[in-house]
Amino acid sequence: MLEVKHQSKGLVSHGVSACAGCGLEIVMRSAMRVLGEDTMIIIPPGCAALFSGFGKETALKIPGFQGNLENSAACASGLRAALNAKGNTHTKVLAFAGDGATVDIGIQALSGVLERRDKVIYICYDNEAYMNTGIQSSSSTPQFASTTTTPAGKNTGRKDLVQIAISHDIPYAATASIYNIKDLERKIEKASEVDGPSLVHVHAPCPTGWRYDPSKTIQVARAAVETGCWIQYEYENGKYTLNYNRKALKPIEEYVGLQGRFKKMSAEDKKTMQENVKAHFDKYTGKMI
Amino acid sequence: MAYKMLDGNSAAVEAMKLAKVQVISAYPITPQSSISEKLADLVADGTIKAEYIRVESEHSALSVATTACLVGVRAATATASNGLALMHEVVGMTSGNRVPIVMPVVNRGIAAPWTLWCEHGDAMSERDMGWLQFYCQNVQEVLDMTLLAYKICEDYRVQLPSMVCLDGFFLSHSMQKIDVPTQASMDQFIGPYIPKNAFLDTSDPMFICDLTSPDEYTEMRYQQKKAMDNVFEVFEEYAKAYEVITGRKIQIMESYKTEDADTVLVALGSMCGTAKHVVNKMRAEGRKVGVIKIVTFRPFPFEAIREALKPFKVIGVFDRSAGLGGQGGPLWSEITAAMNGLNADIRHFVGGLGGRDVTETTIEKIFNELLDIQSGKSLNHTQWIDTKENAMTLREVTVKC
Repeated sequence: MLEVKHQSKGLVSHGVSACAGCGLEIVMRSAMRVLGEDTMIIIPPGCAALFSGFGKETALKIPGFQGNLENSAACASGLRAALNAKGNTHTKVLAFAGDGATVDIGIQALSGVLERRDKVIYICYDNEAYMNTGIQSSSSTPQFASTTTTPAGKNTGRKDLVQIAISHDIPYAATASIYNIKDLERKIEKASEVDGPSLVHVHAPCPTGWRYDPSKTIQVARAAVETGCWIQYEYENGKYTLNYNRKALKPIEEYVGLQGRFKKMSAEDKKTMQENVKAHFDKYTGKMI
Repeated sequence: MAYKMLDGNSAAVEAMKLAKVQVISAYPITPQSSISEKLADLVADGTIKAEYIRVESEHSALSVATTACLVGVRAATATASNGLALMHEVVGMTSGNRVPIVMPVVNRGIAAPWTLWCEHGDAMSERDMGWLQFYCQNVQEVLDMTLLAYKICEDYRVQLPSMVCLDGFFLSHSMQKIDVPTQASMDQFIGPYIPKNAFLDTSDPMFICDLTSPDEYTEMRYQQKKAMDNVFEVFEEYAKAYEVITGRKIQIMESYKTEDADTVLVALGSMCGTAKHVVNKMRAEGRKVGVIKIVTFRPFPFEAIREALKPFKVIGVFDRSAGLGGQGGPLWSEITAAMNGLNADIRHFVGGLGGRDVTETTIEKIFNELLDIQSGKSLNHTQWIDTKENAMTLREVTVKC
């Protein structure tokens, strides 16, 4: 059924309509590289829907379905159940959704899949707001970030997706970042190998929404990890592993200073944020000792 | 053939079993719950070989069934009331992607006020969503109509999902003696599920349901409209085949003792049984009345209805849903549209809401009002036929301002 007009390297076409410097595109290409063509994908409306395609064109060479914003996990469950019913246990099922579609409106369906132990790989690319609809705050937007619905900066912190997932006692969950593609791909591979549901929560900077130069996406992603604003870790069968040297945290200014969305922060705000980031990091690293 | 004592929910389950559904997504809601429970039992004891997914909501129930079907298996779910309302968003996905799921809807009013009991307001809220809707009079019809629905919906000329509507408690929990076709006969009648046009297969990849421009959206809707138009032909064809197997005639609509009637009442669902009984009783007393039972509400059988109602000058239509803000309820609106240009006085009755029984007395009162209008004795009818006189002071709280 698929008519390939331009042969691409890998399973994602070369030209996609993502913004220049899009972090999510790297996540998608990595996921496709690791999971391969024996995969079915669910994508909700949102930035990732650029890969679903438009009209008669799609950017993906694997079968996929674009569901509603809140049912990516349930749609993935349906694919898994049907494949199982047909005796097909080899085809991988991937739900690929943004933070809004995951931590806000999709958290219920995700919780259902995790509780039922459905063998589904769930990748949440986190650009920390509803970017496709025009940069509105989600529950994954960090404190102090300015969005179109938090113009003076968000006054609460973010929901902790991976901890929510882990509380369902699933076999594998991890955070990852596009600045370290090797680590990201290793985690997606692990997620695909476990017997049960898995979650990879990927930090995916967005030049359009975070207001930085598109050429700096990797730099911004790296700074998030180096400052402790994004913690790289994984959880496998009850065991936590930190994937970043905990002693080397840099001041948050090296991360927030790169982005327009934090421009309105006062010195006091920055102090608060630094304290919060440290406390959060310590809490996590404590868990991982 | 074998006779079984089944309630409406068990009849729906029996049909799903005979159709050999392969994926079941289930979420309990009164009065549907026993469908979810019975399916779980049958999967657990191996009678149905299916994946049973205990979803966390009706929204997910229909999501699971829809995507499962896209992978090429026959998938099942069922719901009622607020559950159907929660599904609403996915209801459009199922029909828009032409996924032919057959879903029992155990009719119950939507909150508020909270009710557990029968009315058609839940299904009527979904009437323009591209699903076929069948309303059953009795438990046998639940079984027959569900089986027939698989055949109709999965036919390439239709390729649309359907709601098989059964009145909450009046049918869902009412035990009746049911003639159940053999598995072998239904294997032959329904056969395995064969996906058409849109399907997910790693050896033949396609992406389903991406963003569609104004350049194609209208045409895709038009395809659904044409599919709806095809339903009656397909219905008749398979109803004939089903009659050969079972001896039972399933109709798009049924005229009951209307030939020489002075007036008729049009209705949906279980109340048609009561109405037929009242017709028999009144005819024994010399009053010539009849009933038109509509089974297929979506698509609405305009031509057949117009033909059947043509001889009548005074017609009553009973809506078991309020149709708030409309000139009349959904059934009345459709009947009135079907009769456009014909000189008929079409009277609208609302009742049976939130579980209120539509009794013989109510129906007899309606017929008497219609006969009085027909004979010129009266001009008026009681639109909200079974409403109490104290309606406007019910639970009134006096607040001093």
